[in-house]
Amino acid sequence: MELLVASAIGVLTACGLYLTLRLRTFPVILGISLLTYAVNVFLFSSGRLTIGAPPILRDNIDSYADPLPQALVLTAIVISFGMTAVVVMIALGAFLGSDDDRINDPLDEESTGSGETQ
Amino acid sequence: MIHWIVAPVILPALLAPFIVLAARYHIGIQRVFSVAGVLALIGIALGLALQASDGTITLYQLGDWAAPFGIVLVADRLSTLMVLLTAVLSLFVLLYAIGSEWDNRGRHFHALFQFQIMGIMGAFLTGDLFNLFVFFEVLLIASYGLMIHAGGNARLRAGVQYVLFNLIGSTLFLFALGAIYAEAGTLNMADLAQRVTLIGAEATAGIRIAAVLLLLVFAIKAAVLPLHFWLPSSYAEAPAPVAALFAIMTKVGAYAIIRVYTMVFGPDLAVTEGLHTTWLLPAALASLAIGMLGILAARHLDRLVAFAVIGSMGMVMVAISLFTPTSIIAALYYMVHSTLAAAALFLITDLVRAGRADLRLTAQPVIAGAVPTSALFFAAAIAMAGLPPLSGFLGKLLVLDAAFESTSAAWIWGTVLISSLIAVVGFSRAGSTLFWKAKATEGAEDAEPATPPAMLSYVAVGGLIALIAAHTVFAGPATRYMTAISDQLFDPEPYIATVLETPGKLSEPTEGY
Repeated sequence: MELLVASAIGVLTACGLYLTLRLRTFPVILGISLLTYAVNVFLFSSGRLTIGAPPILRDNIDSYADPLPQALVLTAIVISFGMTAVVVMIALGAFLGSDDDRINDPLDEESTGSGETQ
Repeated sequence: MIHWIVAPVILPALLAPFIVLAARYHIGIQRVFSVAGVLALIGIALGLALQASDGTITLYQLGDWAAPFGIVLVADRLSTLMVLLTAVLSLFVLLYAIGSEWDNRGRHFHALFQFQIMGIMGAFLTGDLFNLFVFFEVLLIASYGLMIHAGGNARLRAGVQYVLFNLIGSTLFLFALGAIYAEAGTLNMADLAQRVTLIGAEATAGIRIAAVLLLLVFAIKAAVLPLHFWLPSSYAEAPAPVAALFAIMTKVGAYAIIRVYTMVFGPDLAVTEGLHTTWLLPAALASLAIGMLGILAARHLDRLVAFAVIGSMGMVMVAISLFTPTSIIAALYYMVHSTLAAAALFLITDLVRAGRADLRLTAQPVIAGAVPTSALFFAAAIAMAGLPPLSGFLGKLLVLDAAFESTSAAWIWGTVLISSLIAVVGFSRAGSTLFWKAKATEGAEDAEPATPPAMLSYVAVGGLIALIAAHTVFAGPATRYMTAISDQLFDPEPYIATVLETPGKLSEPTEGY
């Protein structure tokens, strides 16, 4: 199971990294979503992978599932969900405004700093 | 009295929704509440700083749950100083935003501003790494809104870059936190400080990776080369008061580095040995050089100021990366100076915009209100370039003095001195183009005379310059206080003891389980 989880995190991270290195907003946003999935699974597994163990430490129990990473993951999911929504809105606004969804600085030197693009 | 420590977080957190819900369409009411809130914050921050000034470490257990299980807020000398700096800075920024009508060019400026302050204050006060992440996100999500305040295509495009870069940074932060939790089983900084020392020498791979990842995250926030690419565009395109407020955001990264790498991964810890000298110091020197070169190379005034921010952050990071008590004193002194100077420069950039078509460094007809604006620019440029008599010079002297004992002293002295020269040339070129050559340029005959900026704008910028002057005049008491901060940082035992040994709700096992 460790191998499966670890390779899933690895594949997600690799795909996410590749996509975030693209120059258009859509693949980059997809890449960041993949990265956040990867980090969520990673956080989840940082409390060790246990099966069928109670999440609370009680008497007469040797192994228990660590509940803290699950709380952390919940927070991380909520935050990344909200952030992704924000970045989609801003990227849409930028795309509709300048009819261009590249995320690098515009090459035209005139356009930077003057408040208008092309 | 103990509850005051949570007030810098709670007050803006309550004020912001109130402004959105109750005063949505009344800019006057929004302004009154926003300024009143910031004034109250300054009062609270002063109280907290006074409380911490004798070395008391105040602990606040949220919900009375004891650390390391509960979330704690901790106020020591360093965090209260940063809280005070934030509160004072935000007052002047807010006054400028009101004076220049920036707050009325889009909606929800004041609410987002309060949320931004809440995030920054929380990041300075928290004693828990995951809580630090949450407050980073609070300040970031507010900054996304502020960054694209008043809209415009160029601003939105810069906003996309800024948001995407910071999202990657947040993901990296989560990876670092996961790695730390997997290795140490805690995210409370004080608890972590104890557990990291217990990790055996043969099993340090995970914690080493975690320490480097965490350093990368904070370096992104502090805009250290080569992780500075988000800064020039976003700071240049952000509305001027927002960019001025962002001057404290790079310092959040520097603060986090100081906090984590003095307490958790201390300078003497074998696990992270060499991290600062081998990696951070060259990166800091490079960002100092690139920042100052950028001042000379910039073709727009707003980009010039953004590069000045990178350069001054480089200076702060050079001092931090030496990680000796004297260098931390220098870093703290320079950090306060650099926050004020960068904020003043961003506001002056906006003053220059009055009556100019754009901010290109070309000779254009005289701007409205040229006399006070050029005087303020002169003072702020002197401060930022580090010329005497203002505090930039003293800060630089402190950094050079702290570097004297270091093995890489030649590199540090060389870079600091040469880059200062470049900065002086860059600022004087910009200033003479903007203000002197303008005299020789004829404007169009039928051009309407532009209205000069409002008095309140000048008051706000003048106030920041006055603070820089005060920081210079009272450099003696200031450095004495920084020495006290540094002493406290390099002796983390009382901090750790306060956090871990204060009993909470469930510290004593109760019957009935």
